[in-house]
Parts: sequence; structure tokens; C-alpha cells
Amino acid sequence: MIDIDRMLAAAKPSEDDEIRRQIMLPWPEAFRIAMRNVTLRLGRAAITATGVILGIAFLVSVWTTNVIQDALEEEKPLAGLQQEAGKTEVEGGVAMMTEGVEEPGERAEGKARQVWLVVMSLLVCGVGITNSMLMSVTERFREIGTMKCLGALDEFIVRLFLIETAVLGFLGALVGAIIGHLIMLVIYMIKAGSSITAKMDWGQMLTYIGIAVVIGCVISLVAAVPPAVRAARMAPAVALSTEV
Amino acid sequence: MAKIECPKCKTVIETTGLVTVCPDCGADLRGVMEELAHTVAEESSGAFARDESMTTHEFIVRTKGLTKIYTMGEVEVPALRDVELDIRRGEYLSIMGPSGSGKSTLFNMIGGLDKPTSGTCFIEEVDMAQLDAFELAWLRCRKIGYIFQTFNLIPVMTAMENVTLPMIFAGMSSDEMLERGALLLDIVGLGDRLHHKPYELSGGQQQRVAVARSLANAPAIVLADEPTGNLDLQTGKEIIDLLKRLNAESETTIISATHDLKMIDVSDRIVHIRDGMIERIDEREDLDIEIGTIDGEEE
Repeated sequence: MIDIDRMLAAAKPSEDDEIRRQIMLPWPEAFRIAMRNVTLRLGRAAITATGVILGIAFLVSVWTTNVIQDALEEEKPLAGLQQEAGKTEVEGGVAMMTEGVEEPGERAEGKARQVWLVVMSLLVCGVGITNSMLMSVTERFREIGTMKCLGALDEFIVRLFLIETAVLGFLGALVGAIIGHLIMLVIYMIKAGSSITAKMDWGQMLTYIGIAVVIGCVISLVAAVPPAVRAARMAPAVALSTEV
Repeated sequence: MAKIECPKCKTVIETTGLVTVCPDCGADLRGVMEELAHTVAEESSGAFARDESMTTHEFIVRTKGLTKIYTMGEVEVPALRDVELDIRRGEYLSIMGPSGSGKSTLFNMIGGLDKPTSGTCFIEEVDMAQLDAFELAWLRCRKIGYIFQTFNLIPVMTAMENVTLPMIFAGMSSDEMLERGALLLDIVGLGDRLHHKPYELSGGQQQRVAVARSLANAPAIVLADEPTGNLDLQTGKEIIDLLKRLNAESETTIISATHDLKMIDVSDRIVHIRDGMIERIDEREDLDIEIGTIDGEEE
């Protein structure tokens, strides 16, 4: 019986009026809540991350192939140089082409195809992430409405989803980059011998992996913002009554 | 939080209200705590009265010509038609009506969860239509507590975290939050289930967590939308008793949309809604005779 009286007593806090008028969600709290959503909805998080992983893995595998083939192409003219001493590198390249390995036209076509593959992989990745983000926001409409009833501002909701997506996007892109890289590396090591690891341009490779991770994060965030903003702007009553 | 003296061994004990026996001699402290609580309550109600003297309103909620029309494709469906309702400070008001009568819509309007098509709703004489998003969030956070038919707890959070979430928004320090969260959950009888997730709790327990959460920032109004709708009779009764106790002891205004007849028993007034209009308002006194007959015939 006494507890409610005491509770009310505690309800007249010593804080001054200015503090009382604030509505806040401190970043550490937001981070904690968002991470909880990632770790406790592991299945959903995995699906969202898988979209990123697949897209980025494909992208990095294409880039890894590029780096390895560049290394292999450099190797051939070197071999040619040993046989016909005195030839310049350019001539070596010409010699290689005249050996009928690749026509110049074919090579340009190969490059174009690679660009096409990269663009396609990014598109697939983007659509996949957008789709799973849409789903994960939609299935949480009720939760979003509840949070707004409890006093959350629109930006809190967006903030929670952004943190969540940034984390998923980063982890997914990192894992995807490593997977894509390793797969292509192993394939070429089997095909061309393990010596290629020594010949590869690792600086270039790491740059590509870095770029891929950044792209993964950016795509995730861009895909997540519109549904999150839309959900945050809904009137709580509408969000609460949405049946999924 | 507060210091009390054990009546038996005279040890001074600091208590948060959770410990009810003296740690030294095991004496029952509840009597002393009750006394203390009364003094604190008197002091605080004194402060409250001062606070109110500037803005004393008999009615905590007033609606004026409240109308809500939902547009479904080409058809306009009026959910509320020109509702004028004054709700007194500290009363237990039930809004009754068949489903589709507009009681949930009225609930949403009063709670600031949706915007009326026309008309307006005043909370403590503040026109809700004039509030910006921030002020509305502030109002929802500090002034109003919500209880839903479907409990609406955040599934990934424990009971404690659910209860403390509104306190985070209100900017409470984390020590204060944990203490108050534990106190509130203790009040609703879940002192031993602080760290359970909603799916580990029964429906009644989940609704208790929701009640505790609605009290997080000590609101002036608790809005309950069919709080017993998803509960069995006994559990529903417990929730109603809890709300009534809250209403009686803390003078929190309780507004409850319901079609649970058990609610009549505890309500000060019952607003009957039909087709989006107030059909009639019953005062508690006029209902005494009815209760005996209605109590038996549960849905």
C-alpha cells in the first residue's frame, strides 16, 4: 500500500525544470538498444547481413580476379624478357599479344565485362539490403509506435535503425570482402600455383577491400534511411494498429 | 533513499522501500515505512498543490468537438462525431462501447497518438493541436502513461529495461532508473522477475510490466486501451485492482477504454459510446444497484 505513495513522492524529482523538459536518447543508450536488437534478433540480422555479404563478396571476388590477373599478365612478359633480352616491357606486351593469348579488343571487352559485373553486384547487394531493411522495419512498426508512446522523438527511431544498419553493414561487408577474396585466391592458387600470393599487388588488394567495406556500409545506410524515416514519421496510433 | 529507525534495535537503516525487515534484528519495518511514506506524500502533495495553484483545473482532459474521419478509399468512415468530454482530475473513467464504436479512436486522440480531423483535445488546458513534435513527445513521456490490450512490450528487452525505457527518454540517471524500475516492478508484484524477457512472462505478468512502465515517469494520466482484453477473468481482475489501487492512492487519473464489465465496479464514471458519439455518462453512484446483476454475467 505504501509503495505507490512513495512512488509518487519520488515522482516529484529534485531535477530543475529545464532538465525536466528534456527528451533525450543518449548515444551510448541508443547504441546499447540497437546492439541488443542485432544480437537478440540474430536470425533477422543474419538475413540483412547476408544481403551485404553476398553483394560485397561478389564485388571483391571480381576485384581479386583483376589483381591476380594483372599479376599473371606481368609475369608473362617477364618470361618473354628472359628469352629475348633487350625487349622493352611494351614490346613484351605486344609479343605476348602476338602469341595469341588475347586480342586487344578482347581485353577491353574483358574490362567492360568486369565493370558490368561490379555494377551488377552492387545493384544486387543494394536491392537485397533494401528489401531486408524494409522487412525488418515493417515487422517492427508496433515496437516503433510503442516507443513513440513512451516519448521517443522521430529522430530516436531513425537513430536506432541507423546504428543497427551501420553495424550490420560494416560486419557484413567485412565478412563478405574476406569471403570473396579468399574464394578467388584459393581458386587461383589451385589454378596457377601458390606462388601468385607473392606476385600479387597486396596494397592494391587491401585498397579494394577497404573500398568494398565502405561501399557496403554506404549502401546499407542509404537503403535503411527511407523505411526508417517513414516508420518514424507515422502517427503512433497508425504504427500500433499495423498488422504484419 | 530514505532513512528510517528500526523500532526494535534502533538501528538507522537506509531503505528504498524494497527491504521490509530490519537487517540487524529482523523486525518488521512496514509500519515505520508506512508512516514515513505518509509524511513524504503529505510533503509532496503540498508541493503539488503549490504547483497547481498557478494552473488549477478541475478537468485534466477536455475535448471540444472532437471528430475523426477515416478515409478508406472513396468512403469516409466517421469514427468520432463531435465528442465533448470533460474528464476530472483524479477520476477513474471508463469508456465503454461495442467494438467499432470509436472508443479506441477516442483513446488515441486523448493520448495524442493520432490527430483529430477537426476539433481539439486539451490536456491540462494545453491544446494538443498546438504542440510541435517535441512537445508532444514530452507530453507522452511525462504526462501520460499508456497501457495496451496487446501489452506492447519491447520483445528484446527485459522487464526492467521495458520499464526504464521511458526514464531514459526523460533523461533520468541510470542509478535512479534502476532503483525506480525495481520499485515499480515490485509494486506490481514482479519484484522477482526483473530480468525476464516478455516471452518468459505470462500475459498477466506482461500486462503488469506494462502497468509499471506506464508509471515510469509518474504521469498525471494513465490511458488504458482494453487492458484486460487479452487476459483471463482472474488476471483481468488483478490488473483492474492494480489500476484502482493506483488511482485511489496516487490520484492518477485513469482513463480506460473497455468493454469489460468488471471495470464498472471500480469506475467513478462510465462514458458510453455508440457510433462515435457519447450515448450517456453514468456516475458511479447511480450504478450501485446494477452491479450485483452484471457481475455474474461475464462475457
